[in-house]
Amino acid sequence: MFTRIAVSALFAGSAAGLIASLLQLIFVQPVLLHAELYESGELVHFGGEAISAVQDLGGIEVMRDALSIAFTIMIYTAYAFILIAAIAYSEETGNKVDARQGIIWGVAGFIAVHLAPGFSLAPEVPGVAAADVYARQIWWFPTVIAAAVAMWLIAFGKNWMMWGLACILLIAPHLIGAPEPSVFEGPVPTEIGALFAARAFGVGLAAWVLTGFFAGYFWHKEGLREGEVAAS
Amino acid sequence: MNTQSTVAVSGSKSKLLPIIVSAFIGMAAIFVVGHVQAGALHDAAHDVRHATGFPCH
Repeated sequence: MFTRIAVSALFAGSAAGLIASLLQLIFVQPVLLHAELYESGELVHFGGEAISAVQDLGGIEVMRDALSIAFTIMIYTAYAFILIAAIAYSEETGNKVDARQGIIWGVAGFIAVHLAPGFSLAPEVPGVAAADVYARQIWWFPTVIAAAVAMWLIAFGKNWMMWGLACILLIAPHLIGAPEPSVFEGPVPTEIGALFAARAFGVGLAAWVLTGFFAGYFWHKEGLREGEVAAS
Repeated sequence: MNTQSTVAVSGSKSKLLPIIVSAFIGMAAIFVVGHVQAGALHDAAHDVRHATGFPCH
């Protein structure tokens, strides 16, 4: 069982993580580099004269981008371990998961770890004002766990009480409120911040759909190989 | 009859443990890669943390 989970997670996480890292480098990284020009003070928004929205962002930085690719693969492999553990648990109660089903699991994963916390703590570009990082992390983890449990209850709950509980788990962290900065002091233009959040969500959704798809695919395939799933 | 139920129980236990271990491995890795603020690790994972929507800085 552990071998089946680990092998599926390593393959699914590597495949999805590699594609995700390329999408990030193409679509998210230029926005991040653009923001860093303002974060470092090289460009000053509202500094007196208008600043061109088109800047030379430099090309590929081999070491920096290679690290990003490596860490993205690690993160999505870690997510795949959690996702496939949940898939394995669901199969204990008679659920069946293959690549097609995996896509829905991936969307649920995106909602749990990106959309739910991002609803109050939007993906932040470097240089925006934000509350203390530890306070935000303390809010982030329970929010993600609550959203993940909510996704499970929506999928496998059998009555309105469970679905109601799911709604409460989704809404409560945002009613309690995420740690917010006391003053707005970010030097980055709002256009860049908005584009960054949108791109981060878009790439996150694509990455999670791929993670779910590959997780379902390799989980099912490994099951056939180990004879735990009957060939159909 | 008695033997059968024992087998069923130990069977589900032996499947639950790897599931819990796998989930724990995943969560530990997310914590280390995405959230530990130690200098070198933060710098190396910086761009990814922002792009993945983790709290950073």
